[in-house]
Amino acid sequence: MAIVIDKSQRWRVIAAHVFLICLCALVLFPLLMVVSISLRPGNFASGSLIPTTISLEHWRFALGMPVTNADGRVIIPDLPVLRWLWNSVKVALLSASTAVLLSTTAAYAFARMKFAGKKASLVGLMLMQMFPTILALIAIHSIFSRLGHSFPLVGIDSPWALVLAYSGGIALHIWTIKGFYETIPAEIEEAATVDGATPWQAFWRVLLPMALPIIMVIFLLAFIGAVNEYPVASVLLRSQDKLTMAAGMKQFLYQQKYLWGDFAAAAILSGLPIAVVFILVQRWMISGLTAGANKG
Amino acid sequence: MPMPPVLKRLLPPILMLLLGLAGLYAVTLVYATGETLLAGMMLVTLACFVWIYTSKKTYAYRYLYPGIGAALIFVVFPMLYTIRIGFTNYSSTNLLTFKRATQYLLEETYRSDGATYTSELHADGNRWRFRLEDADSGAAFVTEPLSLGAEGTHLTLKAQPATGPLPGDEMPIRDLIDQQPFLKGITVIMPDGGHVRMTGLREFAPSLPQFTRNADGSLTNNQDHSVIRPNFKTGFYETADGEQVTPGFQADIGWKNYVDIFTDTTLREPLVRIFVWTLVFSTLTVVFCTALGMVLAVLLSWENLKFRGAYRLLLFMPYAVPGFISILVFKGLFNNNFGEINLVLSALFGIKPTWFSDPFLAKSMILIVNTWLGFPYMMVVCMGLIKAIPQDLYEASAVAGAGPITNFFRITMPLILKPLTPLLISSFAFNFNNFVLINLLTGGLPDFLNTSTPAGTTDILVSYTYRMAFQDSGQKFGLGAAISTVVFLMVAAISMIQIRSTRIAEDSKR
Repeated sequence: MAIVIDKSQRWRVIAAHVFLICLCALVLFPLLMVVSISLRPGNFASGSLIPTTISLEHWRFALGMPVTNADGRVIIPDLPVLRWLWNSVKVALLSASTAVLLSTTAAYAFARMKFAGKKASLVGLMLMQMFPTILALIAIHSIFSRLGHSFPLVGIDSPWALVLAYSGGIALHIWTIKGFYETIPAEIEEAATVDGATPWQAFWRVLLPMALPIIMVIFLLAFIGAVNEYPVASVLLRSQDKLTMAAGMKQFLYQQKYLWGDFAAAAILSGLPIAVVFILVQRWMISGLTAGANKG
Repeated sequence: MPMPPVLKRLLPPILMLLLGLAGLYAVTLVYATGETLLAGMMLVTLACFVWIYTSKKTYAYRYLYPGIGAALIFVVFPMLYTIRIGFTNYSSTNLLTFKRATQYLLEETYRSDGATYTSELHADGNRWRFRLEDADSGAAFVTEPLSLGAEGTHLTLKAQPATGPLPGDEMPIRDLIDQQPFLKGITVIMPDGGHVRMTGLREFAPSLPQFTRNADGSLTNNQDHSVIRPNFKTGFYETADGEQVTPGFQADIGWKNYVDIFTDTTLREPLVRIFVWTLVFSTLTVVFCTALGMVLAVLLSWENLKFRGAYRLLLFMPYAVPGFISILVFKGLFNNNFGEINLVLSALFGIKPTWFSDPFLAKSMILIVNTWLGFPYMMVVCMGLIKAIPQDLYEASAVAGAGPITNFFRITMPLILKPLTPLLISSFAFNFNNFVLINLLTGGLPDFLNTSTPAGTTDILVSYTYRMAFQDSGQKFGLGAAISTVVFLMVAAISMIQIRSTRIAEDSKR
C-alpha cells in the first residue's frame, strides 16, 4: 500500500519514538537500579543513582563469602542465598519432571483413546484451574502438617510436600500437550500397533519422541512456575535452610534488618537466569494464550 | 536375562498386592491419628489405584489416573477441605484432633507423695541401665537394661536393690538432654511396688497420670477427683462448672464462623472495606494495564515505526522477571527513607511521600507496581489481536480521511475488545486473588484501627485470610477458611461470567 509520507506523519513518528523511549526508560528504571544498587557500597541509598565507587561486597554476601566491613569487622552472611537457590532448583526440577510425567500420559488418553466421561473431565480440568490455589492455602497447610505427623517425608519443611502440592496444577499442560498430540497423525502409531506394539509401546516409543519439543516447553514452563511460586512455599517451608528463593527473599527487606544492597545482588543472581529462560520459551506461551483468545 | 514366564505372570499381581498392603498400612497410620477425612481420601485413592491397574476394562484410565488423580487430590480435595475447616473452630487454641487432645491429657502426669531418687544412666554393653539413689535414705537401685528408642514409646522397667556401683560409663549430659523426650516415657517399678518416672534430667519421682478415662468418655482428675467432659460444641474438655481445660480440640461449630462474618461488627466492618478495596484494586488494575497495553500494541503494530522489535523486547521485560523479585525490588525502591524513588522525587520536587504509612499513597503505589507488572501481557495479547484485523478496513478509513485517533476508537478498539473480554475477566479474577503482590509489597499495612483481628487498608480478601491464618492473629484457620469459602463462591461467579463471555466472543466470530 503506497502511502505518501506527509509532514504530520513524520512528526507522529518522532512523537511515538519519544514516547516509547521515555516509557522504556521508566519501565526499565527499576531493573537498572537493581544492578547499580548491587554494585554500590553499603545497604542504604547513598545519594547517587549511578555508583561512584564499585564494590563487590553485596555479591560476596549473596554468594555466601565473608565480607570485611569498612571498619574492619568481618561479616559472615547469615542468609543462605545459594542454599535457597539450590532448594528452588531442586523443587523445580522435581516438580517439572512430575508435571511432564503426569501431563504427557493423561494427554495421551485424552487425544487418542475413547472412554466414558472424556469431555466432562476435560472441561472439569479447565474449571479446576480457575480456582486459585491461594484460596485452599489453609487446607494445604493443614493437610501436609497432619500428614507429616505420620510421614515426616511429606510434612512441613519437606521439598516433597511442595512437589506434591504443585503436581495438581497441570490442567493447562494437559490441554497444551493434547493439542500438540492431535497435530501428529494417529496413523504413525496405528502402523506401530499393526506391527505388534502395545498401546503403551506406541505411546512411549513412537508418539513421545515426536512430542519432544512440546515436552521441553512444558518442562521449562513448569520449572519457571515452581521457582516463582510463593504462597504455598511460604506456608509449607518454615526453617531457614529449607526455604526456596521465593519464600526466603523477603527476609532481606525487614524493617529491623534492611539489606537493600545484598538483596539486589541476590535478586540478580536468581532473577536473571529465570528471566532469560522465560524470554526463550515465552514465544510458545504467548502464542498459546493468544490462540486461546482467538479460538475462544 | 529373560524372566521365566511363570515369574513374569506372577510378578504384577504380587507387586500390586504389596503396594496395596503398603497403602493400607499408610491409611491406618493416618486414621490412627484421628484424621478421618484425610484417611478416607487416601483409601479412595488407593481403591481407585488398585481397581484401575487390575481391571482390563479401565485401560484408558491407567494413563489418566496419575494426572487426574494429582489434580483431584491436590486441587479439588484441598478446596473441599477448606470448606470443611470453615465449619470448625480449628485455630491455635483448638489445633489438635479430639483423639490427640485426649491422648495429650492422658499423658499428663502429676507428682505424688513418696521418695524421690537421683538417677544416673550407665552404659551396659550396647544398652543402658538406670541407677536410682534414694535422696533421703541413700538406698540404691538398678533397673533392667534398656535400649534407646524413639519419643513416644512407653517402657516399663523393674528395679532391684543395687549390689555395687555400675561398671559402665555414665551418659554425657548432652546426650542425656537429647534423649530426654524418650526417657520421660519410661516407668520404673520399684521393689516396693511404687511407680516412678523421670521428673528432671537426673531425678525420678513417683508420678501418676493426671487423668483416667472413664467408660462414658469423661476423664477423672486423679489429683482432686473432679471429672472433666468433652464439650463438642466448644472444642474443650470442661469441668462441671464450665471451666475449659487446654489443649482444646477441633470441633464442629456449624455456621458460627459465617454468622460471625456477617454479624460481628468488629469483623464485618474491616471485611466490607477490604472487599470494596479488592474490587477497586482489581478493576483499576485491569483498566490501567489494558489501556497502556492497548496503546502500546497499536504503536508497535504501526509499520512506519522503526526498532519495533527492540521496543517490544524491552517493554516485555517486566513480565519475564519473576514476580517475587520485582515486587520486592519495588518495595525497596519505594521505601520512605532510603528508597531511590523518594531520592529522585526529593531532588526534583523536594517531596518525600510516605508510600507505606499513608493508606491512599500505599494504594496508589500498589496500582503503579501492578500496572508495571501487568501491562506487558496485555500488550502482547493486543498485538496478536490487532494482527487479525483486516487491513482493508484501515485503507477504507484512510480514503474517508480518518486520522489515527479515529481509527483507534472506531476500528481497532471495538474490534479487539470483544475477543479480549474473556481475558479481561480472567485478569480481573487473577488480581482479585493477587496475594503475592499485596503480601510482598505492603503485607496489608497500614492497618485499620479498632479491629478484633489485624486488618490492613491495603489488604485484599485473600491476603486478609492469610494474615488471619498464618500471621499475627492466633492462627484462626477456621474463620480464615470460612472467608476463603465465601471468596470461592465469588470466584465461581466470576468464572461463570467468563465462560459466558467466551461463548459470546466465539459466537460473534461465526
